[in-house]
Amino acid sequence: MSSIMRESHIMKIHYLTALVAVGFVIIHIMVRVMQGFSDSLLFDNVIANYKSIPYAIVLEAMLILISVHGFNGLRIILLEIKQGRVYENAVTYGCLAAMIILIAYGSRTIIMASMGMV
Amino acid sequence: MAAIFPVSSQEKHEKTKPSTKSITLRISKFNPGKDHATTFLEFPVSYEKWTTVLDAILEVKNYHDHSIGVRYSCRQAMCGSCGMIINGKPKLACFTKISELDSDVVTVEPMNNFPLIRDLVVGFERMFSTHKRIKPYIIREDSEISSGAKEFLQTPEDVEKYIQFSGCIKCGLCNSACPTMAVDSTFIGPQGLAQAYRYIADNRDQGKDERLRIIDERHGIWGCHFAGSCSQVCPKGVDPAMGIQLLRGYLLGYRK
Repeated sequence: MSSIMRESHIMKIHYLTALVAVGFVIIHIMVRVMQGFSDSLLFDNVIANYKSIPYAIVLEAMLILISVHGFNGLRIILLEIKQGRVYENAVTYGCLAAMIILIAYGSRTIIMASMGMV
Repeated sequence: MAAIFPVSSQEKHEKTKPSTKSITLRISKFNPGKDHATTFLEFPVSYEKWTTVLDAILEVKNYHDHSIGVRYSCRQAMCGSCGMIINGKPKLACFTKISELDSDVVTVEPMNNFPLIRDLVVGFERMFSTHKRIKPYIIREDSEISSGAKEFLQTPEDVEKYIQFSGCIKCGLCNSACPTMAVDSTFIGPQGLAQAYRYIADNRDQGKDERLRIIDERHGIWGCHFAGSCSQVCPKGVDPAMGIQLLRGYLLGYRK
């Protein structure tokens, strides 16, 4: 990533995704608290959440923000443990690929559930 | 009110007679070219309240074991040569009094995060090359010494922004204390970053963008976890941890 972007730009994204994710997680928890906790885990209620477009957008945003922040954090930790051009590029592009795969898979689940395909 | 008594000659003699206090000085011995493991040599050393750890090491070197490898020069915390780990903490040996350590055993080891040359001597090549890399000088088109030029004036407020960082003597204690340097051998380190800030904060300098580009890389400024141990061990009162945070302000855009 840092060969594509300057490290300060990556870190700005890192800090920003953490802050915004906290906001979305608060919204998520507030919505869950409004319903009884055991009720919120019932299959029909979970599917109903996905079918609500604003709530699906909140879930999608959380997925993207937490994935970007988490995988960049993992990249930073792994780069600190060991150094070397091959290793560093493998870690950087590996984390980027894992992040894209996770976001794609999670988005697929959200879209399918919200369209009633499950 | 305190009564004043004349001091007898016997009392005067007692005040000036040598101390009988002594400590055990444990010196780390390791020659990477010959030895397989570090050993500690122990020497009893008597001390006065003004005796420094360097004095004790030199006494041992002069009278007990000439082979002890130690680097020193000014003996007054100016040259930055005698940095070492004293009872587990990075300190200058010439600036650390034995009486202040409050211990009967004083253990001296080479600094962490530096390649060992021998015994207490470590290699500074990487620290000096990193220091050079951040361009530790004023960068600008014109010069004070060119004909017709005037002295670059600074207000006390301008000087205040960087003056504490110019106290760095390149002793390497901050790098030795840095937990990031312990794991990341390519990290610029608090010494280099603090010096980058020193020149960026100087209003005579015009090399800010150039220096920010150098430190804004994978193993640059973002490796700092703000443990603050660099600032804690600096014998000259420099606060590299603060310098690093101020530098981040430039990179994140909330400082111009």
